[in-house]
Amino acid sequence: MNTLILIFFPVVAALLIALAKGQRSREAALIAALIELAFVVVICVQFRPDASSQFDFDYAWIGSLGIRFSGGIDGISILLVLLSGIAVPLIILSTFNRTYSRASQFYALILFMQAAMIGAFTARDGFLFYFSFEVALIPIYFLAAMWGGENRVAVTLKFFVYTIFGSLFMLLAFVYLYYQTPLVDGHHTSAIADFYQLNLTPEAQTWLFWAFFVAFAIKMPVFPFHTWQPDTYVESPTPATMLLAGVMLKMGVYGLIRFILPIVPLGVETWGKTAIILAVIGIIWGSIIAIRQRDMKRLIAYSSFSHVGLMAAGVFSQTETGMQGALIQMLAHGVNVIGMFFVADIIFSRTQTRQLDQLGGITRNTPKLTVYFMIILLGSVALPLTNGFIGEFLLLHGVYTYNNYIGLAAGFTIIFGAVYMLRMFQKSMFGPATARTKNFTDLTLSESLVFVPLVIMVFWMGIYPQTFLKLTEPAVVNLMKYIGTTVVSLK
Amino acid sequence: MKPELLCALIPLFPLIGFIINGVGFRRIPKGAAGAIALIAVLASFLTSAFLFGAFVGQESLPNSTDPLIATLFNWISVGDLQINFSFQIDQLSLLMLLIVTGVGSLIHLYSIGYMKHDEGFGKFMAFMNLFIFFMLLLVMGSNFVIMFIGWEGVGLCSYLLIGFWNTNTSYNNAARKAFVMNRIGDLGFLLGIFTIINTFGTVEYVDVFRQAASLPIGDSTILLITLLLFVGAMGKSAQIPLFTWLPDAMAGPTPVSALIHAATMVTAGIYMVVRSNVLYTLAPLTLEIIGGIAIATALLAALVGLLQNDIKKVLAYSTVSQLGYMFLGLSVTAYTAGMFHVITHAFFKALLFLAAGSVIHAMSDEQDIRKMGGLRKALPITFVTFLLGTWAISGIPPLSGFFSKDEILAHVFVQNKVLWVLGVIGSGLTSFYMFRLLFLTFFGEFRGTDEQRHHLHESPGSMTAPLIVLAILSVIGGLLNLPGESTPGGGWLHHFLEPIFAGSAQINPTALTLNFDHTTEYTLMAVSAGVAVLSLVIAYFMYISRKAVPAPDIADRSLPEQVVYGKFYIDELYDAIIVRPIRGMGDALYSFGEGLVDGVVNGTAWLVRQGAGQLRRLQSGSIGFYVLAMVVSIVLIFALRFFIRF
Repeated sequence: MNTLILIFFPVVAALLIALAKGQRSREAALIAALIELAFVVVICVQFRPDASSQFDFDYAWIGSLGIRFSGGIDGISILLVLLSGIAVPLIILSTFNRTYSRASQFYALILFMQAAMIGAFTARDGFLFYFSFEVALIPIYFLAAMWGGENRVAVTLKFFVYTIFGSLFMLLAFVYLYYQTPLVDGHHTSAIADFYQLNLTPEAQTWLFWAFFVAFAIKMPVFPFHTWQPDTYVESPTPATMLLAGVMLKMGVYGLIRFILPIVPLGVETWGKTAIILAVIGIIWGSIIAIRQRDMKRLIAYSSFSHVGLMAAGVFSQTETGMQGALIQMLAHGVNVIGMFFVADIIFSRTQTRQLDQLGGITRNTPKLTVYFMIILLGSVALPLTNGFIGEFLLLHGVYTYNNYIGLAAGFTIIFGAVYMLRMFQKSMFGPATARTKNFTDLTLSESLVFVPLVIMVFWMGIYPQTFLKLTEPAVVNLMKYIGTTVVSLK
Repeated sequence: MKPELLCALIPLFPLIGFIINGVGFRRIPKGAAGAIALIAVLASFLTSAFLFGAFVGQESLPNSTDPLIATLFNWISVGDLQINFSFQIDQLSLLMLLIVTGVGSLIHLYSIGYMKHDEGFGKFMAFMNLFIFFMLLLVMGSNFVIMFIGWEGVGLCSYLLIGFWNTNTSYNNAARKAFVMNRIGDLGFLLGIFTIINTFGTVEYVDVFRQAASLPIGDSTILLITLLLFVGAMGKSAQIPLFTWLPDAMAGPTPVSALIHAATMVTAGIYMVVRSNVLYTLAPLTLEIIGGIAIATALLAALVGLLQNDIKKVLAYSTVSQLGYMFLGLSVTAYTAGMFHVITHAFFKALLFLAAGSVIHAMSDEQDIRKMGGLRKALPITFVTFLLGTWAISGIPPLSGFFSKDEILAHVFVQNKVLWVLGVIGSGLTSFYMFRLLFLTFFGEFRGTDEQRHHLHESPGSMTAPLIVLAILSVIGGLLNLPGESTPGGGWLHHFLEPIFAGSAQINPTALTLNFDHTTEYTLMAVSAGVAVLSLVIAYFMYISRKAVPAPDIADRSLPEQVVYGKFYIDELYDAIIVRPIRGMGDALYSFGEGLVDGVVNGTAWLVRQGAGQLRRLQSGSIGFYVLAMVVSIVLIFALRFFIRF
């Protein structure tokens, strides 16, 4: 098995679906995504839990410049590859009760998106990462701009420009790093492993830190680079929102772990605290705003912004718990946020509203929806024995270890999270029924089939997280060495 | 059978019960659902009793005082941090197991009768089982993180059960308030766990306490840990300032009040402190703080209880007050006495709530005692059992509450005379408001409507049987720990729990023993019993001889009376200083903050573009744009760093 298959299978499938323009592009896309998931599962089972990169591919790409088309899967990538594999079939399945115009293009774009994301998560060459990072924007841009809500054009443009703007900094950083690598056969290299070996001056590390940070902070997003996010999440069609929040934003967190920590450890020493403080401001900022939101989708968007802040803070805590927490929380958050947006979509599809004050009393007719919604909610508020707890426990421990007061501030997420999530649940599900909700019907079979795997993941990760922690542990230990060496060399 | 399996079975039974009733809700007939739920808890009770017997039976063996640790699997492992999913069976957990499953079984039996006509019956029984499951994890866990699972889990179940009738918005709000307020405490607990991890490198009780025992008394890290953990206890055990959720939690069906808010969940905080007694003995300052909070809570809640007219509200405030007494005991390192009061309180408070439920059942869901009166004829069993419960909680000999409260007060007397005086005053208030409740409900003339009078009936056997069992336990519960080591059977609990406090005894040998002569002991007993009886007599004169009935809500009240009647306006205070500001901030951040941030970031981009436009004339290619953008950003960040030092 080879990582290349994971990247190119969805591309081929997408092309076929787009060209065939058949009636059954939805089913075809689902089958393709399920086959991709099967590949991913095989890879996860075959994966040796050690620090090495596995299932590698390596080809000359731009030979004269030493840029190679190379990739592979290590402990940092594996859970994100798994997340991409799980998310896409569920996202496609979640559309089975909807009809989208130009369906063949719609589903082809989703599969393109998957390929680009897996490319970013598995790239072992800096420019391949950059390329995938940017390429992923194209399908999501079209998904949002063509199938989105009323304000889609303005909102999507803002999102697109914002993100491109950020990644230009990253490009600059890569160019700089590229020229720092030693000449081999008359050219430099852009392999990420070679970037790790560089001895960069503290000054260079400072601006590289910020160049990378701005790019990834916009992607996640981290305060104050988040203002594109709520509008984009709300205006995008729900499958695109799920892709954005469930998988794509993890590119940002992944970038922090893959690039910033090992390449510019001195930059992290100096500026990590600033980054953590920004992230923690975001946690509180996002959750306080979420408490007052009336639109379910916007509420979930702000909660996602808040949760991502904790992941960023955990990474910059430079602790093993923070790092492991971020890795497992990326998977958990992906699962939960897809579930949450699906709930909002189901409610919207039946009531034509997402406004909480027009909802209520839905639970009377919907035992299935109530139970699944509640379980996903419990995962989101990090109740022990659900997936969210493992991640938040480790992340908060990391941040608290880094600095007790910042840890305390970040900890408010568990209180505010309970406030806004339970408020949303109560206002939509409980209380007296309204004119819009009185004829609410319970989940259809295809809708239930989306929730079942999500709920299994919520409990699996919560009750036996070792399955996932074991996969990432050696890579994290290895990564800690890069941080450790610099800390020693500083003294 | 392996002990690991046996341990695992105890929480497994209610979990299975929850899953069966949860999945089969609306398909399983009510009779079967009730039976499944009851059998699940009974099975846990019997398993616990078997374990208890086996554990006590091997007391003669060497090392019998060592706890039994049953490790199921490695739950979370990151670097050096290993968190096992494991249970610890020792004297303390066995005692808690018996209370939780024993009293729990009785409440399940009662619920079958009480909730019979509710359409959500199966769901209700499933939630009750889930609650027992989490409570069992809480008391059985062998480390702080497993305790935390139960800790948060019971919070969830209280949310589900308080808001059980979910079409009612005020019930839903009460449920949410309970969960959120518990979460505030949970944050403290969580940070306490983190500090434990960073100090001891483990969360296992045995290892943490062994390492801690070598630290000096007053160690600052231990101070931090104990304070943080106590914040958790404030939430769960409803102490000032996190107590206001408990009275509101009466919104749930009455068996819920008995299960969650009297007999088990709220005792979690006490259990946690007793479990961590080594840490608390090392932190005298924390104990002093606990003492202050405890007595303030006990008195404040008792004062509010004096004027409440809702039968469940009075009981709710009495729970808050009694929890204050338990913490008061712990604050003077009278850990055994605190546990003793946990046990007796579990008996009589469950009894009182269930009896109140029986009254409400008979009164067609009326809870206002101003509309009751004279019920003793119509509800003889409920009346007698309620009387015994009142007698027990008031601390009048020879019922159980007298012995446990007296033991706490005796320890307090030795350490702090002022606290003792306040404690005795609180005890007098307790006796007054409880007998006021009893007299107004069961004596005098019936004050309800004719229709209610017509429907008055004693509850069915499934409801009265638990009342009778609990009443017997409330009467004889004192036998567990009779005063004086010399009397036959005296101090059994003290002796039984001794191994749990071995670490504390080693750190501070004088703290755990009660040394004073019998004359003082008997005098103290006489004083506290005398005050309680005096309050009873006053209540008798007011509500039976003078037939006083509390004024309606709108009546004019003197200012102090109005303040107490309004529960000191603490909910309103929290609303004004916490809830509203946060809401206001949410609105402000959304309306202005987001726009401001967006404006600043966009403005920066715009400036960069303008600059780049100028630059482009000088230099072809867009690299200049990147550099300038970068420079501007870095300058901004440096500027930020300059103005805000961190």
